[in-house]
Amino acid sequence: MNLQLSHFTAALLFAIFASIVFGITQRNTSREQVRYGLYCLAMFIGGVFVAGWVMWLLRR
Amino acid sequence: MANSVKAKTAEATVPVVQTSMSVIAPAIAWLIPGAGHLIQRRWIRGLLLMFSIVTMFVLGLLMQGRVYHPNGGDILDILGFVGDVGAGGLYLLTRVMDWGQGAIAHATADYGTKYLIVAGLLNLICVADAYHIAIGKKS
Repeated sequence: MNLQLSHFTAALLFAIFASIVFGITQRNTSREQVRYGLYCLAMFIGGVFVAGWVMWLLRR
Repeated sequence: MANSVKAKTAEATVPVVQTSMSVIAPAIAWLIPGAGHLIQRRWIRGLLLMFSIVTMFVLGLLMQGRVYHPNGGDILDILGFVGDVGAGGLYLLTRVMDWGQGAIAHATADYGTKYLIVAGLLNLICVADAYHIAIGKKS
């Protein structure tokens, strides 16, 4: 089986899984873990969009 | 600022309790992602970690990612191997079954290789976390 994801889907899945692990391992309480996980997810996804726009500007 | 310094000082003064669990939990955590938390009764955390790491590793294989071997050649290959081997049992299973031999023929295969490496590295973080729970440094 050969799975071919788009660049965005691959980055999104990567962000979700990494954020779950970061949230659980880097904070103590459940509330802090959820908040940090969401923060990491937002940073990952934000980074994807920023990198996308930077590449678009470089290509022009 | 002062609060964070106080919190760090308090964290540093927590007595470290070395038990058999402090050896078993990291070992099990390396072999089976998330299991280090499960044997310490952190059921939800353990299952979430297991789901995340195993899914990431399997997606990497399905994307025809490359699994690195301990060849000792190129430095990047060695680093890739260190990342891959962090996945523990998943890496051993992959080697035994001879999976992950895909030639990188398209962009997603390269993503697959990165997924495999990062799954291993995330598992190493879980190993450290399981150890911290076992010694009482983390709840």
